[in-house]
Amino acid sequence: MEKVKKISVTGEGDILSPFNYIKRIFEFRNVLPFLANLSGALVALIILGFLLTLGAKSLEFAKNAGVANILRTTWNPIAEEFGGLPFIATTVLVSIIALGISVPFTLSVSIFIAEWKRKNMFFDVFNTALDLLSAIPSVVYGFWALFVLTPFIRILQLKLGYPPYGVGVLTAALVLAIMIIPFSVGISREVLKLVSSDIKEAGFSLGATEFEVTRVVTLPLAKQGIIAGFILALGRALGETMAVTMVIGNFNAFPKNLFSPSNTIASLIANQFNEAWGNHQSALILLGFLLFLITLIINLLGGVILRGAKHEL
Amino acid sequence: MNYRTRRTINRVYKIVLYCLSIFTVLPLIFILLYLLKLGFSAINFDIITKVSRPVGEPGGALNSIVGTIILSTLAVLIASPLSILSGILISEYPQNPLSKILEIWVKLISGIPSIVIGIVTYLWLVKPVGRYSALAGSISLAIMMIPNMVTSTAETMKMIPKEIREASLALGANYGQTMLKILIPVSLPGIISGLLTGVGRIAGETAPLLFTAFGNPYLSLNILKPMNTLSLLIYNYALSPYKEWHRIAWGAALILIFLAFTLNIISRRAIKRWTT
Amino acid sequence: MDNVILKIRNLNFYYQNHKVLHSINLDIPENNITAIMGPSGCGKSTLLRTINRMHELTHGTTVEGEILLKNLNIMDIPAEELRTRIGMVFQKPNPFPHMSIYDNVIAGYILRGIKLHKNQKDEIVENALKSVGLWEEVKDKLFKRGTFLSGGQQQRLCIARALAMKPDIILLDEPTSSLDPLATSVIEELLVKLKKDVTILVVTHNIAQASRISDYVAFLYLGELLEFGLSEKVFTTPKNAKTEEFLSGKFG
Repeated sequence: MEKVKKISVTGEGDILSPFNYIKRIFEFRNVLPFLANLSGALVALIILGFLLTLGAKSLEFAKNAGVANILRTTWNPIAEEFGGLPFIATTVLVSIIALGISVPFTLSVSIFIAEWKRKNMFFDVFNTALDLLSAIPSVVYGFWALFVLTPFIRILQLKLGYPPYGVGVLTAALVLAIMIIPFSVGISREVLKLVSSDIKEAGFSLGATEFEVTRVVTLPLAKQGIIAGFILALGRALGETMAVTMVIGNFNAFPKNLFSPSNTIASLIANQFNEAWGNHQSALILLGFLLFLITLIINLLGGVILRGAKHEL
Repeated sequence: MNYRTRRTINRVYKIVLYCLSIFTVLPLIFILLYLLKLGFSAINFDIITKVSRPVGEPGGALNSIVGTIILSTLAVLIASPLSILSGILISEYPQNPLSKILEIWVKLISGIPSIVIGIVTYLWLVKPVGRYSALAGSISLAIMMIPNMVTSTAETMKMIPKEIREASLALGANYGQTMLKILIPVSLPGIISGLLTGVGRIAGETAPLLFTAFGNPYLSLNILKPMNTLSLLIYNYALSPYKEWHRIAWGAALILIFLAFTLNIISRRAIKRWTT
Repeated sequence: MDNVILKIRNLNFYYQNHKVLHSINLDIPENNITAIMGPSGCGKSTLLRTINRMHELTHGTTVEGEILLKNLNIMDIPAEELRTRIGMVFQKPNPFPHMSIYDNVIAGYILRGIKLHKNQKDEIVENALKSVGLWEEVKDKLFKRGTFLSGGQQQRLCIARALAMKPDIILLDEPTSSLDPLATSVIEELLVKLKKDVTILVVTHNIAQASRISDYVAFLYLGELLEFGLSEKVFTTPKNAKTEEFLSGKFG
């Protein structure tokens, strides 16, 4: 019986010679779990190391200069003054203005895509155009804004009696708005498509027009998901660096009005990190850490709401 | 409200909707037209054969093109094995505590601002060595790619119906054979599209490179030394006061956009072809 | 009684602490169609999956007793080897989505890394497809994806895939439950035709189907084998009261 068993085997490792034994250890099915665990551990380690590095360096600033120092309003590294409030304020301000500008456009585009019944060439071109908008690198947006948008803003500033910088908070917000529209459209388009056509047809069968169905049925049902899309877009805008750096004007103070030049956290780091050392550098790192935490919270919030919304639909 | 008013409102609503929608893609058309107009005049033999030169001398973008290719390739080589294997870990060994941790952590850092990645890579690989390097640049780009690639791999593999896996095992294949010949090929379109999307994002990325790859006016193939990329060239030249440099930057932007669009279109085609 | 190819002896099956099968004893006759019937949740599929050790893929399962394939304990045969000898067809057609029809038929060989000559491959594919009556329908599109076929065709492709390994037995787990009546009758005719080459074990909750195609029938109820015998006998004069109830459509 014993012998019969062995002969019946495929021949794969039935006689365990040392060579076969080693061969079996290195077989793909045995190596794969090991490799997967190794890579997983490495990725986890990178993420952990990432957080620890940021945290440790930020603590360094707290130890050397005192964490209260970052909560001041003057930024003058030469005098060891590291007030970060203007940058935090500008970051939030620019992002919120950008989001505000983007809302009507995002809404119309996503409704347009979700409700457009004929899937013709125009529709395809339109969809592709949106995807391509999101594929343009940030630095190219910045470059374009610097040469095309700023002259317009300059004209506007002259007409309104402001100094014609061209660059500033509004310019940055405009280019940011253009950049986040495709992103939030991507999310709300998906959510709107989840609203079942049955329920919309129920609306039409009661004699409602498209406007009424959208306003009374579709939008209320998809509201949560669309809001999540806006929150996630805000998270994106907060951390956006290159385009903002190129058109915000690099000025280290609170913006006095919409046209003033200023700096966001990201653009401040981009402008100064290479020349910074000592406390100046760790102040920038601390601000980076803050930016990271803010975007993390916003993204978590958006993610949770989005998941809930998709679950409900 | 009578029927006619309601219909008028509906018509106005539709017109507003269409106008706003079309208005949204206008920037794309503007950007493209502007780029084509200025970029094409800059694309000539010089831009692909000459390296950066001081103002007044005819220069090109050869060093940046080479740099973008090297940095992106290196980033892909670092990121893809790590991400694909980690994705397999998450989808295939859900009981594993590491896989649970990873699934959450990866989602947490996927929206992280790229400039912050630049800072950390600088602290890890530039400050201790005392020199900017292309390697540090590509590692920062790899860190940018990893979270999304892990998620897209894990999600595609989780979507494979249980029956497909069982069919393979019922034919007498072992787990390794099933993985190599069924699970990975079936999820390949998802993995590849995740990869291409990632490449499209990092190829034009600038922020994390400011403090890592730094930029280099000379043609350098040494990954332990600073290197220029198209995105760094655009940033530096755009902020310069020289017309000639602006022209080269437009050319570089056109090349970069062409690259990004091609990757984007290929990845969407790939998904479409494989899923139908 | 025909030659017995598969003997099941005192088979107990546990899922975690829950006993799913209670000491099953069953002799499967060679070159016949045996149908396993019973209301849903009675353990039919579990029994089937134990025979080619597919149950090992589920965590928390324990098996007691033995199953003998040609007098050889299946636990002594490596699972991979066993599964080529006992093929399986699933409820939902599941051709490999990334493979052509041709590759799907020889998937077993491709998967196990067995190199075949072009002629050998062609022969296997042609024979397998002919025996499931799919050859005429697909011979011009052998290199297209298997997923373009209709549901019934896909299921026949999956049967061909199992047959290509030249198994002793094929197990079918409600193979027609996701198909339309026409495709179902095609598959049923096919099974009757195939039994001269291969032993067929089919799980079904469709009584009419069992009576149409099976030579032997086993009735499983709450994890126990209540009745087993020649189909004509069981269907006309069931010994067990529960079997009679089931056959007269009183439950499930």
